[in-house]
Amino acid sequence: MLRVENLHVSVDSTPIIKGLNLTIRRGEIHVIMGRNGAGKSTLANVVMGHPAYEITSGEIHFQGRPLEELAVFERARAGMFLSFQYPAVIPGVQVGTFLKKSVASVRDDPPKGRAFRKELNEAMSKLEMDKSFLSRYVNDGFSGGEKKRLEILQMLLLKPSLALLDETDSGLDIDALRIVSKGINEVAPEAGCLIITHYQRLLDHVKPHYVHAMIDGAIVKTGGPELALELEERGYDWLDAAA
Amino acid sequence: MSEEAFEAVGDYKYGFHDPENHTIRFDKGLSEQVVRDISELKNEPQWMTDIRVKAFKHFEERAMPDWGNCNLLESINFENVTYFLRSSDQTEKNWDDVPDDIKNTFDRLGIPDAEQKWLGGVTAQYESEAVYHSIREDLEEQGVIFLDMDTGLKTHPELVKKFFGTVVPHSDNKFSALNTAVWSGGSFIYVPKGISVEMPVQAYFRINAKNMGQFERTLIIADEGSTIHYVEGCTAPSYSTDSLHSAVVELVAMEGAKIRYSTVQNWSNNVYNLVTKRAVAHKNATVEWVDGNIGSKLTMKYPSVLLKGEGAHAEVISVAYAGEGQHQDAGAKVHHLAPNTTSNILSKSISKNGGRSSYRGMLQVMPKASDCRSKVVCDALILDENSRSDTYPTMEIGNSSADLEHEASVSKVSSDQLFYLMSRGFTEEAAMGLIVNGFFEPFTRELPMEYAVELNKLLELEMEGSIG
Ligand SMILES: Nc1ncnc2c1ncn2[C@@H]1O[C@H](COP(=O)(O)OP(=O)(O)O)[C@@H](O)[C@H]1O
Ligand SMILES: [Mg+2]
Repeated sequence: MLRVENLHVSVDSTPIIKGLNLTIRRGEIHVIMGRNGAGKSTLANVVMGHPAYEITSGEIHFQGRPLEELAVFERARAGMFLSFQYPAVIPGVQVGTFLKKSVASVRDDPPKGRAFRKELNEAMSKLEMDKSFLSRYVNDGFSGGEKKRLEILQMLLLKPSLALLDETDSGLDIDALRIVSKGINEVAPEAGCLIITHYQRLLDHVKPHYVHAMIDGAIVKTGGPELALELEERGYDWLDAAA
Repeated sequence: MSEEAFEAVGDYKYGFHDPENHTIRFDKGLSEQVVRDISELKNEPQWMTDIRVKAFKHFEERAMPDWGNCNLLESINFENVTYFLRSSDQTEKNWDDVPDDIKNTFDRLGIPDAEQKWLGGVTAQYESEAVYHSIREDLEEQGVIFLDMDTGLKTHPELVKKFFGTVVPHSDNKFSALNTAVWSGGSFIYVPKGISVEMPVQAYFRINAKNMGQFERTLIIADEGSTIHYVEGCTAPSYSTDSLHSAVVELVAMEGAKIRYSTVQNWSNNVYNLVTKRAVAHKNATVEWVDGNIGSKLTMKYPSVLLKGEGAHAEVISVAYAGEGQHQDAGAKVHHLAPNTTSNILSKSISKNGGRSSYRGMLQVMPKASDCRSKVVCDALILDENSRSDTYPTMEIGNSSADLEHEASVSKVSSDQLFYLMSRGFTEEAAMGLIVNGFFEPFTRELPMEYAVELNKLLELEMEGSIG
């Protein structure tokens, strides 16, 4: 699904990611943890194709194809999805319109008319979202939790084969966390998942296959769910020597 | 229309033209004789001929406006304009009686269809005069008058005489003088006391001939406690030579009346659009200008409201889109002449591919007008480095009790917004289209739905093939 080999990434010629390796297969849930500034969001953004990041060396393959062949929208159409740490505000564009157009551009056989509305209603009730969301403007005046829910709603509707979730659990209360996890668990069996998080509490709801510790732009340790507990208890200092 | 003509149209969907079949066509150029000839041809009363001639004299003496785009204004060649062109001898009540070419054009513009679905009446003007006109019977029975202006003058001369030129005198500016001298067509509406016209009525203005000058004149009178929503649309073929559109619109809202006037102007890039629109709002009346300017080479238009009676309210929502080779100089003027009057002005503009948009606004509060409230918001969105946006707000505040707010912003589309949308499957063009539609949303949501959909499509089209 996703293969990252010896990846180096710079922003404004400052190296951020320094020799990162990662392979995600269908049905696998990977968790990345690391300090603020370690380069976690950079990894997610670079995989999705953000123009601000420059790959200076290394390779990324998605579904067997070199990623640089694909423009951002083509990555989305090929099944890649990024739940943003900070989703952008699009003033004046209603959530309903946006979702409909997005589904129509991403999915091969998009549901139309009534079929779309049915799917939308189901997804929204799963996420315990009120209908009034649809007439609000995309992320405009949304609380942190509302933004994250909208990201997960999009994920459910776009049915990605690779989901990158960047701190989707940050700032959520217990109920919201449970709801968001439900969304992740629904997509996960058919997709590869990369979850960036600071908190092991998410892992009460979502069971990862691998947990990676990221320090200064590289993965320095990989383990199972127990590593997440250990990282939350001990912090990252004990791993600095490995970096 | 030939294939060839169709290709030349390019992105502008309405740039096609019909063969020029007309029953009367004046030679190009303007003189007192031309003015008299128009009046005579229309069999007008002497007082109207006199107003025309007086206005023509004023036009000759009057200097060009010294704002807007002086270079472009100076490049107008008034001698190369056709001032009157009659394409059909009658104004028909039935689309089937309208000459085929012309009917096809309006079919393509979707007018007969819209009429059936959601309009209370339609005037379709082609070149200088209305070729089609109709109003729903129930409105007519309630005493609502909705006519083309020429017919209005014939059938209701006393009403026309009473109001014509009272809101926009011929001496207001060079182009109001020109319009008063050579006006032809436009709408005449009178809504009797207490009558509420629920369905909008629409006028559609189509220029077809080359170097055409279209000078429609519209007068709307809403009597006490009545309401009306008037919608106008306009398009023209894309020619390499210029056309001139110079209208005058006068609105009179009597005590407690409400007039909403919505415009979606979509002229081709060879049209000079120099229009004077003004309203008088009496006690507790409301006037709303909902004004969209998409096409044209140069537009200079500042819908204005004189808040004359206590408690009157003005609402001006305007958007302008300036693409390659276009200058949109638009805005709003509100004059608070009476106490407790209120106004809201929202202006949004987008400049792209070297286009230029300017907001020019005037807010005036007279010394006697105590306790007025006004809010002015101007937002500009600039899509690339070559494009330009300017703001020229003027405020003359003569009463210190006024409660005024003014906000202005200039923004660019952020790369994070584009990236977010592209990550959701939108191409860069589609992402831009969505952002632009969102930016204009406070305007589009005020339009009848059919217009809003059309406008959004139009803007999406404008965003295509131009990003690189
Ligand atoms: N677009 C950007 N422009 C400039 N610096 C950036 C940008 N994105 C990330 N960085 C820098 O890269 C480093 C890693 O950031 P980030 O990937 O957001 O970390 P994390 O998500 O792990 O907290 C930080 O020092 C941050 O300031
Ligand atoms: Mg981050």
